[in-house]
Amino acid sequence: MKTSPGQEIYMDNNATTKIAPEVVEAMMPFLTDYYGNPSSMHVFGGQVGESLREARLQVATLLGAEPEEITFTSCGTESDSTAVLSALQSFPEKRHILTTRVEHPAIKTLTENLETLTGHKHRVTRLKVAADGTIDLDEYAEALTDDTAIVSVMWANNETGVIFPVEEMAAMAKEKGILFHTDAVQAVGKIAIDMSNSAIDFLSMSGHKLHAPKGVGVLYVRRGTPFVPFIAGGHQEKGRRGGTENVASIVGLGKACQLAGEKMEEENTRVKALRDKLEEGLLSSVPRSMLNGHKKDRLPNTSNISFEFVEGESILLHLNQYNICASSGSACTSGSLEPSHVLRAMGVPFTAAHGSIRFSLSIYNTEEEVDFVLGKIPEIIASLREMSPFWTGE
Amino acid sequence: MWEYTDLVQEHFLKPRNVGEVENPSGVGDVGSLACGDALKLTIKVDENETIVEAKFKTFGCASAIASSSALTEMIKGMKISEAEKITNEDIADFLGGLPKEKMHCSVMGREALEAAIADYRGMVLPMAEGEVVCECFGVTDLEIIRAVKESNLHSVEEITNFTKAGGGCGKCEDKLQKILDDCIGDTAKIKRVAKKPERMTTLQKIKKIEEVLEREIKPALRQDGGDIELIDVDGDYVLVSLRGSCTSCTKSQTTLKEYVEKKLRELVLDTLIVEEAK
Repeated sequence: MKTSPGQEIYMDNNATTKIAPEVVEAMMPFLTDYYGNPSSMHVFGGQVGESLREARLQVATLLGAEPEEITFTSCGTESDSTAVLSALQSFPEKRHILTTRVEHPAIKTLTENLETLTGHKHRVTRLKVAADGTIDLDEYAEALTDDTAIVSVMWANNETGVIFPVEEMAAMAKEKGILFHTDAVQAVGKIAIDMSNSAIDFLSMSGHKLHAPKGVGVLYVRRGTPFVPFIAGGHQEKGRRGGTENVASIVGLGKACQLAGEKMEEENTRVKALRDKLEEGLLSSVPRSMLNGHKKDRLPNTSNISFEFVEGESILLHLNQYNICASSGSACTSGSLEPSHVLRAMGVPFTAAHGSIRFSLSIYNTEEEVDFVLGKIPEIIASLREMSPFWTGE
Repeated sequence: MWEYTDLVQEHFLKPRNVGEVENPSGVGDVGSLACGDALKLTIKVDENETIVEAKFKTFGCASAIASSSALTEMIKGMKISEAEKITNEDIADFLGGLPKEKMHCSVMGREALEAAIADYRGMVLPMAEGEVVCECFGVTDLEIIRAVKESNLHSVEEITNFTKAGGGCGKCEDKLQKILDDCIGDTAKIKRVAKKPERMTTLQKIKKIEEVLEREIKPALRQDGGDIELIDVDGDYVLVSLRGSCTSCTKSQTTLKEYVEKKLRELVLDTLIVEEAK
């Protein structure tokens, strides 16, 4: 059941994205002729350093930040760990971390480890979410304590696309002198971000979620924020992250950020319209299907739909026959035996949680693709329901 | 993406014998929506005790559907006396194998077959009468013991792969380890006796005990709102004080002896005696 490159209908962009052709073009010289080390004293390396500076500016521009606030990392996960661990080391007397129950494993696992592996030095509060995936700000306000070292709340949820009010939350944290980190891996490039007018101290992003390659990320650190490096080593990144820079990928990320800024309007109009067409089409044509997540406060590209009484992996493998790529929060796709922690935290019943499918679109999706998917899914769900012992008809 | 054999893929995409037998001689209903997979097997048995018809309805992943389809193909035309000998390994082998994490799908097939045969005979399966060990997936101790013995399992992870027990909240992992130890205990005991007792200075002993308390024991007690503190170590006597909900728990002595002492003996020194400081 393999798909053929170029023939796929790719609707799994929250997992990873296609590298934009313009990004590949920008990267190529640094994979071939311009291989100098940007830290070298000679001109051959120095000119590569110049390209790094340009990429840093491109990233900063997309985020509304200053170039010196941008630190290149290997991925969003590294950025997340760096931010949280840096805050804990900056305030060793504080033991409390405030986060949510629906974070990406990069934060979820990190905070679980901080609870258990370090001799219970740290206490973690995980905010509940409502049935539509949103956060209660009153509960958040109550959870902020004098002992809180850092708040880490994702900007947009990777599974449902639900957007959290991180700007407001960061302002509330700032009033109490608490550092605020946001995992913005899914949000950057899809919604407008302006760090110049924000109380957020740390922001993580990842290249491969916005049409740059895998293996490159960014940690934004607001100027003046106390910082302890996660990866010590050379003087790269002004001593904030040791290790020779992944130049080609960083240049690619810079280009991707420039393109994302230019395509933001398309993301929020054409891509959103495609997403809405797909979502409304599925909800109206497939009985006992439901949307997971807030209908409006959501990324323009993401739709998470549950098809009751069928199991997600089975749906995905049938979609695979038609080269349709999506993702599922079902247990069977993950190697775990329990469905998505995000959907469970939202109280999505088992009848629906096991049969959830996430469609995440990009600027490369077309209306023809959406029509094709709309033509296939109802029959796939119907055939699986025929087989389900729980399905008793509409 | 799981690596499925061609046969698994074929039985998943083109499952055989989907549906329900009319006026079945036996029905096997196992699994649940909460568990993420369920199978209803219906069979028709003729006067010669031969299964003449078998159909299934399955809610689950590709390997659950393929296992169900394979099972119905295997048992059609088979005498009940032969069918009852089918194991989960037979179902997996029929499909050319299943990923190890998916072996519970073949176990579900075997359980449905047993339930259908029991129903045909008007009997109640003993497995359902065991004590539920894994609350998340409703797996009983008898089911776990059987899986350990039949499939020669040697770790809690393998138990989870074959029965799903322990795959949810994970709170039953200690119970699973105990069942596993009891099942393969003879071998383990021989090894333990053969092991030369370690010598430790008091300081080494205290450090090691503190480490195990922090890493292993406290997290487990804290899940239930309790805690424990090390008060003193005198030779082999480990004096501790229970905290939180453990102090008022009626089973605190069982916790001390059956859990804390056993864990310390296992991980520090097998001569340690745990007592509560008064």
